[in-house]
Amino acid sequence: MYTVLRELADSWFMLMMFLFFIGVIIFAFRPGTKESYDRLRNLPLQDDDVLAKDISGEK
Amino acid sequence: MQHIIKAVLLGAIVLAAAFATNFARDLSYQVSAIVIILWAGYLFIREIGKIGNPPAPVETGYMDGVVRAGVIATVFWGITGFTVGVWIAFQLAFPDLNLSELTHGYLNFGRLRPLHTSAVIFAFGGNALIATSFYVVQRTSAARLFGGNLAWFVFWGYQLFIVLAALSYVLGASQSREYAEPEWYIDIWLTIVWVAYLVVFAGTIYKRKEPHIYVANWFYLAFIITIAMLHIVNNLAVPVSIFGSKSVSLFSGVQDAMTQWWYGHNAVGFFLTAGFLGMMYYFVPKQANRPVFSYKLSIVHFWALIFLYIWAGPHHLHYTALPDWAQTLGMVMSIILWMPSWGGMINGLMTLSGAWDKLRTDPVLRIMVVSIAFYGMSTFEGPMMAIKAVNSLSHYTDWTIGHVHSGALGWNGMITFGALYFLVPKLWFRERLYSDKLVNYHFWLATIGIVLYASAMWVSGIMEGLMWREVDAQGFLVNAFSDTVVAKFSLLVIRGTGGLFFLTGALIMAYNLWKTAIGAGEATPIKAASSVPAE
Repeated sequence: MYTVLRELADSWFMLMMFLFFIGVIIFAFRPGTKESYDRLRNLPLQDDDVLAKDISGEK
Repeated sequence: MQHIIKAVLLGAIVLAAAFATNFARDLSYQVSAIVIILWAGYLFIREIGKIGNPPAPVETGYMDGVVRAGVIATVFWGITGFTVGVWIAFQLAFPDLNLSELTHGYLNFGRLRPLHTSAVIFAFGGNALIATSFYVVQRTSAARLFGGNLAWFVFWGYQLFIVLAALSYVLGASQSREYAEPEWYIDIWLTIVWVAYLVVFAGTIYKRKEPHIYVANWFYLAFIITIAMLHIVNNLAVPVSIFGSKSVSLFSGVQDAMTQWWYGHNAVGFFLTAGFLGMMYYFVPKQANRPVFSYKLSIVHFWALIFLYIWAGPHHLHYTALPDWAQTLGMVMSIILWMPSWGGMINGLMTLSGAWDKLRTDPVLRIMVVSIAFYGMSTFEGPMMAIKAVNSLSHYTDWTIGHVHSGALGWNGMITFGALYFLVPKLWFRERLYSDKLVNYHFWLATIGIVLYASAMWVSGIMEGLMWREVDAQGFLVNAFSDTVVAKFSLLVIRGTGGLFFLTGALIMAYNLWKTAIGAGEATPIKAASSVPAE
């Protein structure tokens, strides 16, 4: 069991994790994201009562 | 029907706990069982009273009652934990304060120290994390908490865990694992509560109306999941008896040491860092009324921190039986970790760009900025101390204690104070805090307290380290251990005084928050719907 896991950890799984990480970084920096990032940066500043209004039908 | 099932279940728990009380093999276990009888008994009676009642109306909007309770618990446990901390700091300077004659050793440093660490990390920090995560996930997901009263179960279940753990330390039951002292039955209870916490949090994210999962929620979620994994693996143990608190760990020797510090360091990484970064990413933009500096950076920050932290644990075991390659790995990974940490610090600080002038007028924002500065400082100090050559001097000395406290008091404490100052007016529908002047007093008392604490521990730690390694021409050690204790007496007193400053600041905060909550000095309370800041 240990040998199998160790073999996996030293080879394919390590490569997979590394590629996943690099993939995330590339994904974060992909072009054409300015608008969506600008919206997300402001997400905490949005109206606190979005939900309350939603339920009572206001907009 | 639901009430009857609950009442039967609670009755069974009372009965089982009564058996456990009778057959208990040690005092700590017995007292725990009695606490459970009282707790389940109270709920049983309450549930009986509810039988036959019409079902409660379905509530809508944000679920903030549990957040309010969490804020109160955070302040209460914070003051408790800081007080015990100041007490044991002075015990180290004046051993008579152990009161051994009077208390027969029950209040010795050895028993109060885990009480202090657990009270500040898990009771103060944990309640702050649970309360703020419930607040933040609802706002940024535009959804009410998932699972109805399950959130209340998480809150009260967590308080029960704290009470059981605290009692068991004083009564002498301990696994003696750093930051994981509670024995097996308390560990099992915490696991149940934690799974419920995950269900509430993940369920709320699942039913969110905002399509994106905001970065603060990513950090909170990583904190919840990782802590579950760390807690279960580190506490794998076999109880000696079902009626006693003693258990035996499945690990032994150097594997045990590595497991403990894999847990211990990642408790710092995911409890005290990832969770509190979730707080930073919501409350700093809110208080400054500025968007996050860079959302790209926040994504890179998150994944880099998550991928790197988990490897840094071995730096706690330099120059031990742990294989050299593992020590070196821990050291290298700790140094690499510096980058995501400072990335996060820059992201937090630069959120103020265009709003730096607010620091002059807003003492709450000042508290938050100082907390981020301490985050940056202690995440620089940490990797430096993880370097083997530095560690050979710093390890086992007061320097480590100073490092921990600049992180815990400076980063965790201050960001929590900032969040509390933000939350209380919002949660109790007040226009503003009772007094900005008192916030300012708190700010200065806490900051000066931390500086006194950390600088005293630097001097004391480096002195200790140098004295321990000093050898004469024949190669004999020059100093006895007791020589170092005598030499650092004044520094221990300064450290305790710094702690006293910090505690005084927290007491001022408690007073200020109380006055804010009851609406002192305010004409009329404003209504919930109008508490939205103009944009």
